[in-house]
Amino acid sequence: MEIGVFLLFALLAVTSALVVVVHRNPVYSVMSLVVTLVSTAVLFVMLGAPFLAALQVLVYTGAILVLFLFVIMLLNIERETQRTNGGWFKKLAALISAAIFVAIVGSISLQAYTGRFLEALTPESVAIEPLARELFSTYLLPFEIIGLLLLAAVVGATVLARKQDAVSPEKER
Amino acid sequence: MTQELITTLVKITLWLVVLLTTVPVMVWVERRASAFIQDRRGPNRVGPLGLVQPLADALKFIFKEDITPTAADRPLYLLAPLLAVLPALTTFALIPFGPDVVIDGRTVPLIVADVETGVLLLLALASLGVYSLVMAGYSSNNKYSLFGGIRASSQMISYELALTLAVLAALIPVGSFRLDEVVLYQQGTWLGFLPRWNVFPQFIGFMVFLIAAFAETNRVPFDLPEADSELVAGYHTEYSSMKFALFFMGEYMSMATLSALAATLYFGGWHLPGVRFSDTWYWALAQGFGILLMKVALFLLFFVWVRWSFPRFRFDQLMRLGWKVLLPVGIFNLVLVAAMTLAGWL
Repeated sequence: MEIGVFLLFALLAVTSALVVVVHRNPVYSVMSLVVTLVSTAVLFVMLGAPFLAALQVLVYTGAILVLFLFVIMLLNIERETQRTNGGWFKKLAALISAAIFVAIVGSISLQAYTGRFLEALTPESVAIEPLARELFSTYLLPFEIIGLLLLAAVVGATVLARKQDAVSPEKER
Repeated sequence: MTQELITTLVKITLWLVVLLTTVPVMVWVERRASAFIQDRRGPNRVGPLGLVQPLADALKFIFKEDITPTAADRPLYLLAPLLAVLPALTTFALIPFGPDVVIDGRTVPLIVADVETGVLLLLALASLGVYSLVMAGYSSNNKYSLFGGIRASSQMISYELALTLAVLAALIPVGSFRLDEVVLYQQGTWLGFLPRWNVFPQFIGFMVFLIAAFAETNRVPFDLPEADSELVAGYHTEYSSMKFALFFMGEYMSMATLSALAATLYFGGWHLPGVRFSDTWYWALAQGFGILLMKVALFLLFFVWVRWSFPRFRFDQLMRLGWKVLLPVGIFNLVLVAAMTLAGWL
């Protein structure tokens, strides 16, 4: 039963991830990214990390991907009509992605080969309360720094998006 | 194992029956209440008080021609109405509807999925609802639909933040994401008469939640994704027959689940002070479910009342309210509740 569920969602995650890259219509790509993230969330639940799964669905599929979709629809990006060969940039990106993929698969297989695995997180350690305790004690400084970084990003985005001679909608009317 | 499976299936069936019955009942209530508010008679020909009218409506939906526009993006066009009912049909699993009961010596919690992440998972599932509207708007290949879809996505993202902030504040004094513990926390009374409901100390949070809930369900005064006077019918302009009916059902069922969430977070859920729960499991179930449904019904009536009393917001007003009023107020409420909890007042 468990292996069946795992296979179903693992296959779903991989195929939909492929669709994200291959499909010519960006809207379909975003939709398949939704499927990818939801199926990996299911895998997280099976690994005993329901909190991570809930957060993934809530933050990524519930908010960030909706923004992706919003931008694509707003810009009205047409589907690719013909396959472009891409410039050097695309080739470089492909090379880097391939290198990361090989590195991840390589390190995992190396661990499996030598039998020395990284210390695995237990479901107890990723439960909400212990996780919160760790975040707000051991990792308080990195946590706050990330918070500050995100704040800076929000402020930066607002500054960039604002027009120089912005007129508020009331004055316009 | 099999016993557990059977009790879970029974609980799911119970909720599904209730949720699916809510839709025709709400259609009748909406039409009659709107008539009452506007000093009309409303549907009164089919059955006594027009009670059989929803059945006639359903038959009409089924026999209408089902049209798919030729320019529509077929796969997404067909998927969108299905996704409209999906969040509403899954989120109820996380809402408790009674005390733990003992059946044949086994303790059965009256909640379908008793998981640690509780309300967080509920919010996550509910947040998937926006995809149906966006998909419908995009795939219909119609400018009004597209506008509706774009409005839906920006509106629902904006108000989700305020909603989540309000929910988090309600969880702080409880110290748990489990909704059954939220209900247990709210048992008892203050000063002997005032129920220990979250709505009293967290009235600000409740207002934020309520306003955001209206926006999340796309109800008037925030029904901009379907604003009839500007966008024909918004994201579901091109939908007909049962596909349209599914959007309709999705809206009412989301209203019901959000009402249940509001009742659970702020009004004591299945609990009512002074009610002694029976030891027999089916009586306890009936009591708990009855009390919860009563509260849900009051919320649903409120939704209808507001719909026929308020005009629609303008889109820039909607965005300003969401980001410049609700979000800061939500953060203020969060800090306030946290401080009150630290001070030991809650």
